[in-house]
Amino acid sequence: MARISLPQAKFVRISLLIFAGITALSLARTFADTADLSSTGTIGAAVGLAVPIGLAGLGGIWSERSGIANIGLEGMMILGTFGAGWAGWQWGPWAGVAAAVIYGALGAFIFAVVTVSFGVDQIIAGTAINILGFGITQFLAKLAFENAPGGGQTQSPPVTALPSITISQIADPLSSLQKQGIFIISDAAGLLSGFFFQVSIITLLAIAMFVLTAFILWRTSFGLRMRSAGENPWAAESLGVNVYKYKYIAVTTSGALAGLAGAYLAIVGTNVYREGQTAGRGYIGLATMIFGNWRPGGTAAGASIFGYIDALQLRSKSNISGLALLGAIILIAIAIMMLLRGMRGTGAALGLLGAALLSAFLLTTKLPTEVALVAPYVTTLLVLATASQSLRPPAADGVIYRRGEAH
Amino acid sequence: MKLRKLVDVLAAPLLAIVFSLVVTGVILASFGANIFEVFSRMFDYGTSTRSLTLITNTATTYYLSAVAVAIGFKMNIFNIGVNGQYRLAAMTAAAVAGWIAMPGPLSAVAAILVAMFVGALWAGIAAWLKVVRGISEVISTIMLNYLAIGVISYVIVQTGIGTEVKLNVRGTPKIQEGARLAGYALIDPKVKVYGFFFIAIAVGIIYWVVLNRTRFGYDLRASGLSPSAATASGVNSKRMVVYSMLASGAIAGLVGLPDLLGKEFSYTLNFPANYGFTGIAVALLGRNNPIGIAFGALLWAFLDISSQILDLEGVPREIVTIMQGVIVLSVVVAYELVRRNRVRTQQQNVGKALAAATTNEGSK
Amino acid sequence: MSDAQNAVELIGIWKRFPGVIANSNVNLKVAKGTVHAIVGENGAGKSTLMKILYGMQKADEGQILVSGKEQVFDSPSDAIDVGIGMVHQHFMLADNLTVLENIILGSEIRKGFRLDVSGAKMKISEIAKKYGLELPLDEYVSEFGVGDRQRIEILKVLYRGANVLILDEPTAVLVPHEVDELFKALNDLKSEGITIIFISHKLDEVLTIADEITVIRTGSTVGTVNPKTQTVTAEDLAEMMVGSELPTPATSESTVTDKVVLDVKDLTVTAHGGKEIINHVNFKIHAGEILGIAGVEGNGQAELLDALLGIEKSTGTVQFLDQDISDWSTRRRRESGIAYIPEDRQRQALLLDAPLWENRMLGHQTLPPNSKGFWLTPRSAKADTTRIVSEYDVRTPSIDVYASALSGGNQQKLIVGREMSGEPKLLIAAHPTRGVDVGAQAAIWDHLRAARAAGLAVLLISADLDELIGLSDSLKVILRGKFVADADPATVTPKQLGNAMTGAGAAA
Repeated sequence: MARISLPQAKFVRISLLIFAGITALSLARTFADTADLSSTGTIGAAVGLAVPIGLAGLGGIWSERSGIANIGLEGMMILGTFGAGWAGWQWGPWAGVAAAVIYGALGAFIFAVVTVSFGVDQIIAGTAINILGFGITQFLAKLAFENAPGGGQTQSPPVTALPSITISQIADPLSSLQKQGIFIISDAAGLLSGFFFQVSIITLLAIAMFVLTAFILWRTSFGLRMRSAGENPWAAESLGVNVYKYKYIAVTTSGALAGLAGAYLAIVGTNVYREGQTAGRGYIGLATMIFGNWRPGGTAAGASIFGYIDALQLRSKSNISGLALLGAIILIAIAIMMLLRGMRGTGAALGLLGAALLSAFLLTTKLPTEVALVAPYVTTLLVLATASQSLRPPAADGVIYRRGEAH
Repeated sequence: MKLRKLVDVLAAPLLAIVFSLVVTGVILASFGANIFEVFSRMFDYGTSTRSLTLITNTATTYYLSAVAVAIGFKMNIFNIGVNGQYRLAAMTAAAVAGWIAMPGPLSAVAAILVAMFVGALWAGIAAWLKVVRGISEVISTIMLNYLAIGVISYVIVQTGIGTEVKLNVRGTPKIQEGARLAGYALIDPKVKVYGFFFIAIAVGIIYWVVLNRTRFGYDLRASGLSPSAATASGVNSKRMVVYSMLASGAIAGLVGLPDLLGKEFSYTLNFPANYGFTGIAVALLGRNNPIGIAFGALLWAFLDISSQILDLEGVPREIVTIMQGVIVLSVVVAYELVRRNRVRTQQQNVGKALAAATTNEGSK
Repeated sequence: MSDAQNAVELIGIWKRFPGVIANSNVNLKVAKGTVHAIVGENGAGKSTLMKILYGMQKADEGQILVSGKEQVFDSPSDAIDVGIGMVHQHFMLADNLTVLENIILGSEIRKGFRLDVSGAKMKISEIAKKYGLELPLDEYVSEFGVGDRQRIEILKVLYRGANVLILDEPTAVLVPHEVDELFKALNDLKSEGITIIFISHKLDEVLTIADEITVIRTGSTVGTVNPKTQTVTAEDLAEMMVGSELPTPATSESTVTDKVVLDVKDLTVTAHGGKEIINHVNFKIHAGEILGIAGVEGNGQAELLDALLGIEKSTGTVQFLDQDISDWSTRRRRESGIAYIPEDRQRQALLLDAPLWENRMLGHQTLPPNSKGFWLTPRSAKADTTRIVSEYDVRTPSIDVYASALSGGNQQKLIVGREMSGEPKLLIAAHPTRGVDVGAQAAIWDHLRAARAAGLAVLLISADLDELIGLSDSLKVILRGKFVADADPATVTPKQLGNAMTGAGAAA
């Protein structure tokens, strides 16, 4: 059996992947003639859209690494958006951020009481938290915003903006390089420039959270104990680790991060709390966590892809054709790689899908917007369907643990 | 013994309802509302014949949704995808009944069958992903929900299947009179009880019989209680996943039909969108038991309908959503506590029986 | 009364669980620097006692003295603090963490906020070298087998500076030569002044290793003996343990007929990735014959059973009563008369949260008295459950209690009763008496012998070599998915069998 494997060194592998990605992007931009695929504006928007999804995914990592499957992230995020609108409108954006984090953490704390102390099924409890979070915010929003100036039953008055950072010395030259349309180089410049132009302070905070989480999980004793609670809580208990404590801290932190994601939506993404604002991003965050293999790096990558797709379709309908071509190129590339590795079934299926997208691009002049609308979800299903065998969830994720019941 | 059992069954939901009344009471009081005034207004409004009819109709929908969820729960499968399944199913059924000319009743039957088929098909994708690729149905059904929204929007907005039914509202063409199940004025002379009410009752009975009196039901429950033991007993676990998912999806396909055939007659983009999550809540409250679910569905519908009066009272009617959330959360906790208590009592009883047996032997 | 010469002293320990008294008035003195064995049959309360000593459970009454000072343990970390460590019967290791992470968990060395990995490595290597327990620290635990896992567990305890080491049934998963290695390590530890509390129900081993032996019976201590100064035999200990002689699994005259019930040819099970877990295996079982399969756990026994039951895919042919059943589903095989007593009764043979009568149906849900065609027949199933409960002496107040409420022995009797119903032709039994009390053990052996005499063919897998040798008419040894030796149960000793199981030597 022919087996071509990528170089083992992690750094080399990741660099190669990035290079391949940029090449695909460049190809798609050239042939679909949509410069916007790698423009500074698109990348900036993509980063912005990726942040709430990524933060929710990061919250998922905290919770699930400690062994609590957290489908309640959506509800906690909703609580966050309300907190941000409510406090942000009255006492400024930073108060809004703080309230969002606290509201999210509160929701998570209730979730922890139910799942950790009472040992209720975590998916059920998470669904209940989502229902509750939605109900409470609807109720409170009516009370808090209905008679407020510029507010309404389902919407808060505007919140003032948070500072954002532009380093024009870097952003401008990159941006102009991007506009020249040089194969690969311009695209790389475009990708980079997005990180220096109007970057919200919360985005920086979010990036810091990812780094910090990775550090805590793998470099500190706190992280080791938290992971042990998700891998084998009985073993941890037998060594005197207070498993409940770590689960509580982890779950509450996960809610705080989901709340921060909500704050981003309400304060940075828009400037109001609005009912239904989260639009399922908590679930998408969970999906990015899964295909990020319960690791911060992978989750960040997953969130970026979603953010990117979302950004493209929001900016212009004409981008959708380019997106389709990009999808087709990537699918076909992966399919070829899989076929070479002897994974015939999956490879062929992906290849067919890629071919379908390619012909859609070639045969139609304008693809319907719904293609972009469903792209994130289809991507998730595709990634899960092809990669689920190689994923390594925490061994005791979703398992109900009760102290003193070791077997 | 029978009485004890009844107490066992009712303890948890009653506890949860009382707890949620307390919580919502505290919330209302803290906003200066008169709690008893609020609750009595709700009760008065909710028990008028008009409201009772509406409650029956709403409960019909909730019941179907909850049964769909419960079928999955019975074997530890979490069908969060009821939302996507019923919307896609209702749209397709509406399109079929609206576009294809058939004699009235035949058209209704066709709508029902198509809806069940589409619901099962959409759920079947999740089943396939779980069985063949090992993907948790929790994630896949959520993704399929959003995918369904995209598909529906495409069909209604971009294709010729959708037409403009009202000003600026696109949807499937109105279903002809003869194919409607508008129902009968049983309770209130002006409002009709959905014809689907009776179909929902039939679904409940079939659900109970299949689950408790057939081999298939036993295999399903065994798979839920212990997949490994079920496999060793000869159950093909993968096939069971597919069957239960298909059954759940087929019932989910019916969820939109009471409204479609009883009131709306056309599937528009404004079609009610969140019955699936209500179904989860009701199934949890009713412990997947067909009678328990019926009570749960009625309670939920009562809260939803009777709360409509509250806005006139200056109290946001979303207080009821909080109440429902608290009920769901506390009922799962309460069921868990009752379960632990039962295990403990049973162990004690077995211990006692054993001790008695040993002393008997000793005195022989 | 107490003195500092005792590493550990337990005075008047009581522990009650719903429906059972696990420990009643247990008194125990363990002298420093000795190996002190605690013996008792399954369910006698040994493990509970040790969990109390290790702080995992709290005694209802009684005192714990460590080096003469009274201690109250709220959690294992309190016990660890005063130098007590425990190696559990079921290893407490996280597969997806590295050896290092498993060892330092809960007692990490830190450098500021960070884990001090190099410091921990140095400390562990030092200990490992001293006691000959070296292991690659950065590998995931999932890579290691049973013997190495036990070494990791011992390292964990020593890393915490324990001077009292509790070992709960440490030899249950080891083959004889691994047991020898363990005993050598324990003697080394003892010479370094470490006290060892050794829990077991294998009396020969206890007599080899222990300086003192305390016997526990139905939750209470019945006495302590010193095998170094007194002459004590295994029979004496057994008498103390159960009040009578231990039952023996020995069968009387052969009932083997020449009617072939099961004929397996060239059976192969392939894992993901192409490795052959069962490698071209051939064997026959006749009516009235018990074929025993000896082997270290994880050498393909589970896969062999799964293949015979049609749970796992396999190649080769399986003939059952002259019919080729290779393509049959699990259900069809069981309907045709293959009974199954699985290895893990709670996971594979019971619905714990269902009443006994529904458990009666499990595995037989397509046959009378449980169903008729498409429909279940609860009434006759209940009646038959009542029959099993009385015939097989299942101690329960009613057939409506959940299976989880029964003790292990009673659960197993129910399973045996169920599987013997409906006149099976072949019984596949894995560890049929694991974890049950001697009364249930004797009863289960009686039922197996009776069924064999009546013409049942039995495939028996057991880690209890005495049981295997005693019951079987013929024996085969499995190693890495292959049958590597045959043995004659009339002449083979457990030691020889153990050697054959590890490939160290041929069985007689």
